[in-house]
Amino acid sequence: MTGPTPAQDAPLLVLEDVEATYNHAIVALRGVSLAVRRGEIRALLGANGAGKTTTLKAVSHLLPAERGQITRGHIRFDGEIVERTSPADLVRRGLVQVLEGRHCFRSLTVEENLLTGALGRSASRSEAQTDLERVYAFFPRLKEKRRTSAGLTSGGEQQMTAIGRALMARPRLLVLDEPSMGLAPLVVEAIFSTLRKLNETEGLTLLVAEQNSTVALRYAHRATVLENGRAVLEGPAAELRAREDIKAFYLGLRTPHRDGPLGGDSRSAA
Amino acid sequence: MEDVQFFIEVLVGGLLSGVMYSLVAIGFVLIYKTSGVLNFAQGALLLFAALTFVSLHERGVPFWASIGLTLVLLAILGTLIERVVLRPLVNQPPITLFLATLGLSYVIEGGAQLLWGTQVHGLDLGIDDVPFEVGGVLISSFDLFAAATAALMVALITLFFRYTRIGLAFRAVADDPFAALAVGLRLTRIWAIVWTASGVVALVAGLLWGARLGVQFSLSLVVLKALPVLVLGGFDSIAGAIIGGLLVGATEKLAEVYIGPFLGGGIESWFAYVVALAFLLVRPSGLFGQKLVERV
Ligand SMILES: Nc1ncnc2c1ncn2[C@@H]1O[C@H](COP(=O)(O)OP(=O)(O)OP(=O)(O)O)[C@@H](O)[C@H]1O
Ligand SMILES: [Mg+2]
Repeated sequence: MTGPTPAQDAPLLVLEDVEATYNHAIVALRGVSLAVRRGEIRALLGANGAGKTTTLKAVSHLLPAERGQITRGHIRFDGEIVERTSPADLVRRGLVQVLEGRHCFRSLTVEENLLTGALGRSASRSEAQTDLERVYAFFPRLKEKRRTSAGLTSGGEQQMTAIGRALMARPRLLVLDEPSMGLAPLVVEAIFSTLRKLNETEGLTLLVAEQNSTVALRYAHRATVLENGRAVLEGPAAELRAREDIKAFYLGLRTPHRDGPLGGDSRSAA
Repeated sequence: MEDVQFFIEVLVGGLLSGVMYSLVAIGFVLIYKTSGVLNFAQGALLLFAALTFVSLHERGVPFWASIGLTLVLLAILGTLIERVVLRPLVNQPPITLFLATLGLSYVIEGGAQLLWGTQVHGLDLGIDDVPFEVGGVLISSFDLFAAATAALMVALITLFFRYTRIGLAFRAVADDPFAALAVGLRLTRIWAIVWTASGVVALVAGLLWGARLGVQFSLSLVVLKALPVLVLGGFDSIAGAIIGGLLVGATEKLAEVYIGPFLGGGIESWFAYVVALAFLLVRPSGLFGQKLVERV
């Protein structure tokens, strides 16, 4: 490990006034600040186009791959400056993301998908085997489907595969982008309770972006609400849960899933 | 009976040269699968590899040392191409990348010319081309040797991608580069490896074709033989490249012998394109091209 070792009570992830654009033209984040503490489950809430995905991509240094860039502010993961670390190195240091829409390797089997997660940190074969068993213990369903092409499994199984693949990298901070997307309520519950179990038994820190605020607020310790590329509200999940007005005001109507331009106010040409 | 024997002879000859088409086509497939680029420079790479080998060998470097040195040069070239051409063009539309490889092919050919000159080199791999007989069918021993080498190469590549970690990384990148990045794979390293691998394929293909046609600048034109193979087999399938190569080789020779006389001969050089075009109308993604398996 390089860099200073931060104190144990310092936040694991810090965003300071982060502004981000796409193609140097579309402003997606207008100054997001937030700190994720070690061992917590943090929910990142917000309506379509609020900037959740952009925030998470910034955190994993994946924006350049989408022609996006951070134009102001800083992100630090465990003291390390994210903008100066390659995505591959971030993964090796324990910051791993489960992308929006799962992004399984469709033509690879479920087990091969999981194994790709261990490639990044150059795990030995026996290490990878141990981790594989551990993932199967969390998601027994994946063991049954291990030889099936990921592209042929159900949405829930793909989400489990994507999470399992991330776990194979032995994360310290697991970042998830809308894990509930397009899944039946029962499956969503199953996935979130596994995430909680990971948090409780292994102390894994979680940052979860969700549009489904009802579920997210039930499992998270704290939540941050994004609106128009700004963090407008933060607090303990229990408190936010109690305030129905928040849902209506910031999170908007629970509209079906997006794509295509939204209202003009969430984007602006610079 | 003699007719049947003659037919088999033509067919076998066709299949054997087909394997050599497959080998050229596989060089394309490797790069297409990982970077989504139709690498027009594959022919130039093939020429560069063969020319480098022959020139070294002619200057008295022993056979295997020449092979080794050429491989080192190819690895350097592959890494350089990734650094200088691919990395800056990441995220650009496929047509931009295609044009970049078009430019690249001229740079490589020019570089080869500067380095080794323009004269034609003979290449003798030490295999006598004496035909031998199996059950009354004449087979060229050089063709057989070439096909066996190509087949071995194909088998090695297949095993490599199926059973090694680099192979797994390669397939992951081919499937979903963005997810591969998020999982922590170093795309740039994988691209460099793949370009090197396709350079190795180019070397083997270049030696085999060079031994047959002489090592000269027109050698880079064997890529034109690979295009119909790719259309038939699909640009992203190694299995497709193999089957496509065999099909093209066999059809070409059979057509030359059985249809050629009615059209005044010489149809071997363009018949494959006719077949490929006809095929394109029926199955644009090729025999084995990605037929998207989706279910969400
Ligand atoms: N690749 C891109 N290129 C250009 N603009 C983009 C891109 N991705 C997102 N945006 C814009 O950035 C803004 C924030 O989008 P983002 O995807 O971060 O929102 P989100 O909160 O994740 O929304 P959702 O709930 O729909 O996933 C939106 O206005 C969106 O249109
Ligand atoms: Mg999103």
